[in-house]
Amino acid sequence: MSFDLNFIGILIGAIMASSVPLILAASGELITERSGVLNLGVEGMMIIGAISGFALMVVTDNLFFAVVGSMLSGLILSLIFGLLTQSLLTNHVATGLALTIFGIGMSAMIGKNFVGIPGKEFPLLFLNLKESIPFLGPIFFGHSIILYFAFGLPFLTNYFLKKTKTGLIIRAVGDSPTSASNQGINVTLVRYSCILYGGAMCGLAGAYLSLIYTPQWIENMTGGRGWIALALVVFATWSPIKVLIGALIFGGITILQLHMQAVGLRIPVQLLSALPYIMTIIVLVVISRDSRKIKLNTPTSLGQIFYKEK
Amino acid sequence: MYKLFLRCLISVLFLLGFSINANAEFKVGFVYVGPTGDHGWTYQHHEGRNAVEALGIKTTYVESVPEGADAERVIRQLAQSGHDLIFTTSFGYMDPTNKVAKDFPNVKFEHATGYKREHSNVSTYSARFYEGRTLLGHMAGKMTKTNTIGYIASFPIPEVIRGINAMTLAAQKVNPDIKTKIVWVFTWYDPGKESEAAQALIDQGADIIMQHTDSTAPVQVAEKAGVWSFGQASDMQRFAPKSILTSIIDDWAPYYVERSIAARDGTWKQQDTWHGLKEGMVAMAPYNSAMGSDLIKEVEQLQKDLASGKAHSFTGPIYDQKGNILVAEGAVADDGMLAGMNVYVKGVEGDIPQ
Repeated sequence: MSFDLNFIGILIGAIMASSVPLILAASGELITERSGVLNLGVEGMMIIGAISGFALMVVTDNLFFAVVGSMLSGLILSLIFGLLTQSLLTNHVATGLALTIFGIGMSAMIGKNFVGIPGKEFPLLFLNLKESIPFLGPIFFGHSIILYFAFGLPFLTNYFLKKTKTGLIIRAVGDSPTSASNQGINVTLVRYSCILYGGAMCGLAGAYLSLIYTPQWIENMTGGRGWIALALVVFATWSPIKVLIGALIFGGITILQLHMQAVGLRIPVQLLSALPYIMTIIVLVVISRDSRKIKLNTPTSLGQIFYKEK
Repeated sequence: MYKLFLRCLISVLFLLGFSINANAEFKVGFVYVGPTGDHGWTYQHHEGRNAVEALGIKTTYVESVPEGADAERVIRQLAQSGHDLIFTTSFGYMDPTNKVAKDFPNVKFEHATGYKREHSNVSTYSARFYEGRTLLGHMAGKMTKTNTIGYIASFPIPEVIRGINAMTLAAQKVNPDIKTKIVWVFTWYDPGKESEAAQALIDQGADIIMQHTDSTAPVQVAEKAGVWSFGQASDMQRFAPKSILTSIIDDWAPYYVERSIAARDGTWKQQDTWHGLKEGMVAMAPYNSAMGSDLIKEVEQLQKDLASGKAHSFTGPIYDQKGNILVAEGAVADDGMLAGMNVYVKGVEGDIPQ
């Protein structure tokens, strides 16, 4: 492996790019779960976001519409989830699983006509700075706007949950919906908003894949990233900053193991392929050992159906 | 009540009779490993199916069937629903195909790229893709500036290893300093993973990207990075117009037509087919003019020689990584050795995953 600084910069840039969909989806799901709703439909909402984004890009030839449309489609799918779990009080886990299956099937159906169409170039920012500054250039510049947004999002989410009144309300609803309701908070409304926000973020994560990362539509192109995002939220003990760390480790080792193969290191390839999963879990478990903090962060009512007696 | 029941019974029987009647028609089934729109492996099999359909023969296909337990279910389903000839078009369908074939002796099975013909109703067929790889190796050896060829490999099976070896041998012949770097992705089709692998190889200094996976993602990454690439299974030129030097094209249509007609007319017999450039089962897409006319002429000559048998992809002396001789000087590898190839030749880096 060549070890010049610029190469390491390029590598870090590639790692950041590969972790973006995880950060977006996990940050969205984190807010949903903090309000006490467990939505296992992340994968489904991502894949629907991916196909809607790509289809709109092809049809309208406008990337802005494509991105907004992908968020809207994720939001619409999560609205179905909201209607079922919040208004019709169905089981969160079963409904979420159904949403994923529905999303994958639906996207394959819509996508039939969009397979094999080359994608459009998504504008990358500060390309000249990327070239001219060694090491730091490829890390900080030459990315899409969605990447910058994704890396700001965990910090915003953290601030939002800890320092704002709305954040406090969401946490209260997640911890004890009954007490929150007694305080005059409309639990159902809060949960609906959190579900919709989560859906929009998952849609955006999908669009990142189909518009920027591998600009094309392919059936099942999310490849299980939704499930990894879900696992990240739990292993990061519902802390946005730890979600960011986890996503970077996962993306990092995925890319690094390919490089290790290319160098010809004599480690069994199967072990290398499993490494991202193993390392992410180990690191997140180690940095989240403090059981008092886990209790503080865990939404107590997660996955429970809230029913307001009239 | 009784009358109603009778009426239902009659209509059910009628429908049953109708469906049995429908089953009598000659039907051909296809099982694909990817979506028909992958513009690679499955796309080409689907083109073959279209050619059969154009003859007026009824066909059915099932796409994106994972290799494994699901495959057996799908193949069995096709056999049960009255298909007379079933093409299973991926290496991983080998055992399921043979298993189902045992239970349906009257149905004919054609398995692509496999070697097991456990029952008299199973044929196998494949193309000598390695002949195409030899041409790619020649071009890669001439075109590379970093002397590093990046190779995205799917699964460690003889088919893939043969391709790696054929390419490396041809590249070494024109450029002794060549190095082949390999990344195993353990999938036939995962654009995200394939493009990450391509990027990793480019970052490691490869200026030629070659793939034994089915999506167009690697050539698109190569186009963006400004390095050369080769298309796989079908002409991928429009996905990377500047970067692609040529594509290996699999042309299954003549074979599918021939076998379907044979099965319909009752002349189908078990056989093992392995066709190459000569028969046209392996073809090359137009060569990129960026290579220069001299190199194109060279490659075209080599293509002719491979087709006529004047040249062979595996001509001795060939050594394995440890320096043991595999093929003696002046000899060529026989088909048995090619079919079971499980070692790298000298000059390939790394080990084959076990």
